[in-house]
Amino acid sequence: MSEIVISVRNLTKTFGNFIAVNNISFDVYKGEIFGFLGANGAGKTTAMRMLSGLSYPTSGKGTVAGFDVSREGEMIKRHIGYMSQRFALYNTLTVGENINLFAGIYGLSKKSAEKRTEELLAELKFSSERNTLVKALPLGWKQKLSFAIATVHKPDVVFLDEPTSGVDPVTRRQFWEMIYKAAEGGTTIFVTTHYMDEAEYCSRVSIMVDGEVRALDTSTRLKEQFNAESMHEVFRTLARDAERGELET
Amino acid sequence: MRQFIVLLQKELIKIRRDSFLPKLILSFPILIMLISPMLATMDVRNVNVAVVDLDHSTTSHRIISHIKASEYLSLVGATSEFDLAMERLEEGRVDVIVQIPDHFERDMGVSTPEKISIIANAVNATKGTMGTQYVIQTIAHALVEVRNEKNPNQMSELVTVQNRFNPTLNYRHYMIPALMIIIFILVCGFLPALSIVEEKEVGTIEQMNVSPVSRFTFTLSKLIPYWAIGIFVLIAAMMIAHLVYGLLPAGSFWVILLGTVLFILTISGFSLTAANFSDTMQQIMFILFFFIMIFILMSGLLTPIDSMPDWAQTFTLLLPPRYFVDILRSVYLKGTTLSELWQDFVALGSFSVLFNILAAVTYKKQA
Repeated sequence: MSEIVISVRNLTKTFGNFIAVNNISFDVYKGEIFGFLGANGAGKTTAMRMLSGLSYPTSGKGTVAGFDVSREGEMIKRHIGYMSQRFALYNTLTVGENINLFAGIYGLSKKSAEKRTEELLAELKFSSERNTLVKALPLGWKQKLSFAIATVHKPDVVFLDEPTSGVDPVTRRQFWEMIYKAAEGGTTIFVTTHYMDEAEYCSRVSIMVDGEVRALDTSTRLKEQFNAESMHEVFRTLARDAERGELET
Repeated sequence: MRQFIVLLQKELIKIRRDSFLPKLILSFPILIMLISPMLATMDVRNVNVAVVDLDHSTTSHRIISHIKASEYLSLVGATSEFDLAMERLEEGRVDVIVQIPDHFERDMGVSTPEKISIIANAVNATKGTMGTQYVIQTIAHALVEVRNEKNPNQMSELVTVQNRFNPTLNYRHYMIPALMIIIFILVCGFLPALSIVEEKEVGTIEQMNVSPVSRFTFTLSKLIPYWAIGIFVLIAAMMIAHLVYGLLPAGSFWVILLGTVLFILTISGFSLTAANFSDTMQQIMFILFFFIMIFILMSGLLTPIDSMPDWAQTFTLLLPPRYFVDILRSVYLKGTTLSELWQDFVALGSFSVLFNILAAVTYKKQA
């Protein structure tokens, strides 16, 4: 396959006696939509935080966009976009002001920030909402805006932490269209989700249970491997023995 | 640079759109400067005096009329029965009794006259001691006057008291610099710390931590608006002090400004450090209140450091506001110059460097 964007070898994170992420290894290729599945508490967010330079690994190695996760966190941050589980844009700023803020943060000049704002607003069909305060937007729109802002600087990799939880089916569909479009443009997407139908949209899927990656392949091959009819079943088979976290059905 | 500008814009928009903050920033210094000096006064007025006059001479009448005329003392009455006056004192209607002995005037020229005695109710210690002082001064004035009329050539006064720097012993003039300091602590200490912890609670700080914004840029963009507000507050408070209380700094405005800048840097660095260790509003409020109580009680804002026990005096050396209290009061009231205050400035400057380094070091983008 093509070039490796994220490479993880034996990555581990412990908090005291608790092993949040246990010795995981995988590669993610350029332009891939990499689904990162797991029950609540399986360690997805912890792993993602290590990859995006928010958290130091306890041991193991990882590189993102060619930079080391333990030593070059700040370099990684220039090349990635990150959309947190919690909505993290500024509520008292308008849609336009938020885009402009993050464009500036990622070093776009005033002129190109203005151009990029127009582009993103057009893509989101948000042009009429430019001067709306972000707190007045419905949840689905907020999530789409967060994703657009995570890609404002056209990063190599975008990390999405449960981007569609609580979003209605129509908006989820639009959201995935945006993800596809970004992936076609060469951006690698690293996404965690609870929705098994979304797992089918991913190029490859990994399933984490109790801090470990228990399965990693395309959804078709995973279904064959586990002799299952749907990803849902695959997930249930794997997560049945989970010691921590409740099962998300 | 562009990064810094957009962050600063964000901060200003956030403050402006806040439903409460702009009103607070405007009204807070005005209210504190206008109302507090009237409440936080230690001036003693309306000391009720009863005179037990056993002498009934010109001199004793002169003393009574002086007491009557004093703006601090109010004469309850003159009597020749000590027991009656004592009863009134016990009832709380009289604060100080002045007893003028029999033949006081006649014996004044003699070597050992019987003395005037003063009895004060000292349940309220301040009123008791201050009241006694006023009465003594008033009597002394009356006696000097009487003596001068009799022997105009004699040296007019044996003792003179002069209150330098705050000639009217106006407690407000002493309090106003202290109030300004309290305002700086609240505006430049509390507000930026709360703003950072708010970002933690809402989660927006994570979006900053995962971006290439350096912690220095982020922190600075948080602080600069509040520094500017601090300078605005200084000027507003100085104008109120001048227009309402007629108090102009005796020393240089620039020395005050320099001290204020250093103090604002110190207190904001201090509170940012506290914010870095707090995850919730409750935590940061509790931590800041704890320290601010110590600052207010121990920095000489309200009570002089010289009257504290030795260990406490040593401890105050660790409190940054202590140096600023010293600077602001002496420049305002005495007109002290920069070179005389260099030790205070060095101390304050060192604290500002220390706390800001601490604030930068304890802010973690990656944990």
